[in-house]
Amino acid sequence: MLSKLQAKVFFLGGTAVFGGIFIVLSIDTHLKVPDQTNSKDITPAVAAGKKIWEENNCMGCHTLFGEGAYYAPELTKVVENRGKDWIRVFIKDPEAMFPGQRKMVKYDLTDEEIDHTIAFLEWCGKVDLNGFPAEPPLRKLMQPSAGGAEPAGGGAMSAAVAATVTLPPIFEEKTCTGCHQILGKGTPGLMMPNAVTGEIVPAPVLDLVYQRKTREELIEWISNPQKVKPGSPMPPLVPAVVSHEEVGQMVDFLLSLKDVAGQGKN
Amino acid sequence: MKFQSQKIAYWFFAAAMLLLVLQIVYGFIMGFARIGMDGLHEWIPFNTARAVHTNLLVFWLLLGFMGSAYFIIPEEADRELMWPKLAWAQLISFIVVGVAAIIGYHFNYWEGRKFLEIPRPLDYLVVVNVLAFIANIGMTIWNGKRYTTTSIVLYFGLLSAALLYLPGMIDFDNQTLDSFYRWWVVHLWVEGVWELIMGALLCYLLIKLTGVDREVVEKWLYIIVGLTFLSGILGTGHHYYYIGAPRYWLMVGGIFSALEPLAFLGMAIYALAMAKKGGRRHPNKSALNWPLGSAIMSFVGAGFLGFAHTLPQVNMYTHGTLVTAMHGHMAFWGAYAMINLAMIAYVMPILTGRKLWDNAAAGYGFWLSNIGMIGMTGAFAVAGITQVNLERRMGLDFLAVQKEIEVHFIGLLLAASLFLLGIVFFLYNFLRFGRDRPRGRSLHSGMVGPFAPAAERSHGLWQDALRGVHGRETRATARHGRLQRRHHGHRFAGSASPHRG
Repeated sequence: MLSKLQAKVFFLGGTAVFGGIFIVLSIDTHLKVPDQTNSKDITPAVAAGKKIWEENNCMGCHTLFGEGAYYAPELTKVVENRGKDWIRVFIKDPEAMFPGQRKMVKYDLTDEEIDHTIAFLEWCGKVDLNGFPAEPPLRKLMQPSAGGAEPAGGGAMSAAVAATVTLPPIFEEKTCTGCHQILGKGTPGLMMPNAVTGEIVPAPVLDLVYQRKTREELIEWISNPQKVKPGSPMPPLVPAVVSHEEVGQMVDFLLSLKDVAGQGKN
Repeated sequence: MKFQSQKIAYWFFAAAMLLLVLQIVYGFIMGFARIGMDGLHEWIPFNTARAVHTNLLVFWLLLGFMGSAYFIIPEEADRELMWPKLAWAQLISFIVVGVAAIIGYHFNYWEGRKFLEIPRPLDYLVVVNVLAFIANIGMTIWNGKRYTTTSIVLYFGLLSAALLYLPGMIDFDNQTLDSFYRWWVVHLWVEGVWELIMGALLCYLLIKLTGVDREVVEKWLYIIVGLTFLSGILGTGHHYYYIGAPRYWLMVGGIFSALEPLAFLGMAIYALAMAKKGGRRHPNKSALNWPLGSAIMSFVGAGFLGFAHTLPQVNMYTHGTLVTAMHGHMAFWGAYAMINLAMIAYVMPILTGRKLWDNAAAGYGFWLSNIGMIGMTGAFAVAGITQVNLERRMGLDFLAVQKEIEVHFIGLLLAASLFLLGIVFFLYNFLRFGRDRPRGRSLHSGMVGPFAPAAERSHGLWQDALRGVHGRETRATARHGRLQRRHHGHRFAGSASPHRG
């Protein structure tokens, strides 16, 4: 059996060896992180945003890079998913989009501060996190297949047809693709609950929405979802995030997909 | 108790108990917020409650460690504390800084970095404070009559904890580097040097309570802390998988994190083996329950449940979910809260001269708090695993999933109530110990009623009566006690009568 001296040597030796390896790896990491995180893109605005992030302890509810508390959503990809306009409105009035839900503190940030915060989050979204957050592997099992029977989610066009059209950037800028999928872009059918019925429903794929809705119905729906379907998780985007004019543009594009689909069949 | 200056430990423990209660209160605030009862949102939003909850934990654990060190070091070094007045100043300033920080959190005054929310100016005060503490116990050991492995390991644990606080104070504009060095503090504390402290406290208690030869206990202490560092230092890698650090951390962190349970398993086996070897004949049975419980619960909470989500492939989906809260609660409870409560349960009878052990309150305190904590861990586990499957694997919206798992937080609150009840029993005992008051003042004997200790009852009423009249052990009862202890053999000598080395 080991003597006390041997045990002591084991402790000191092991600590020295593995502590040494740790220091070497840390130095290497310190040298590699700037590349992996695009630290050249850390502008004064990004740095200021990080300060705002810390001074208000955003990590006390949210997670960033998966770190923080688990009370509010992960924000690493929030700029990509939601778009800047949405975030701007949301920070100014956290109750604006999902009233009656879990509360967020209303911070009275200036427009400039909000821009800095967004700049910081945008930089975070571009850091190479070794694959985090992963695409949910089971999500596709829950989605209606392209061109198949059409459950509540609505169908998608075949990828070949969808590839012939370019999705106008407005759909990504104005947060549509944060929940819906259009022409293969965005989140395929984010599942959210209806606040009145409690039923969890997917945000439909919008490729074939022209089959179900007229122009007027679509405008009405986007402009005032709560009137059409009380409790719907579709947030009141108009006019805070999307102007009436922009609604028209969106609807026109969605209806124009009818022609694209028609060509695809020929 | 051999040295007057050891008495300072009492006040550290009392402050720690107070902060523990506050910590639990803020835990409840968060629990209720999670089931939609967030009426305090305007005054104590979740991020405030969360920062207060975790910071109070750190504060009271550190207070407990410091109190334990002030009790153990004089005894191990065989001399009075170097500067007793400094210890007082340090206690008071530590509480002031802690309370100032906690109040600040209610007014959006913080640094917003998980676990290290203390604003920078207060950081410096913490550093000064801890330096005073380190100097005090360091000089006591240095000028002491003897050096023991226990005191050296304890000292270096505390010293390294103080030094490792510093990397957390470096500023970076890069979130990844910020996080990288933040874990130097947080991880290397709780899965590194705090385990030195825990190991040393465990070792001290095992020597005192089991009567096993010091050389044997201390030899194994080296093995255990050796295993801890062997796995724990590079195990830091499990925090570096997905924060923008190089990919090799997935392998390094994965392998060494898988070894971390071994250190905890070793500690559990070590504690149980020593207790078995010593035959558990010390009359303060509840003081032995706590360290044994600590060793077992830390293996389950820190070792096993930690391992359950440190494999990179698993962590990809559990990272940033309630699964972390599951592991965190039982790990901190088992490893650090319980070892502090163990020290308190062991030290209080010696500090106050009242043998409130083996009574019903001590038993309820131990069992209810542990069963409650197991229940809470279970609730977090169910909520966390459901969250992982619905949100991370099936892609449901965050808030939709939060609604789905709300019901598990009712379970959490119920289990937490049981836990709180256990803590209340522990505190009830703590309060009944009272203080070691100056002679001549009367105080309640604390020896009657349903919670009167069985051991006391069997010692005969006259002893209790004497204590009731004089408020402290008389010379006669003290001598009687010493004789009894001598009769039991020298192994328990350290518990109340002069230490024999």
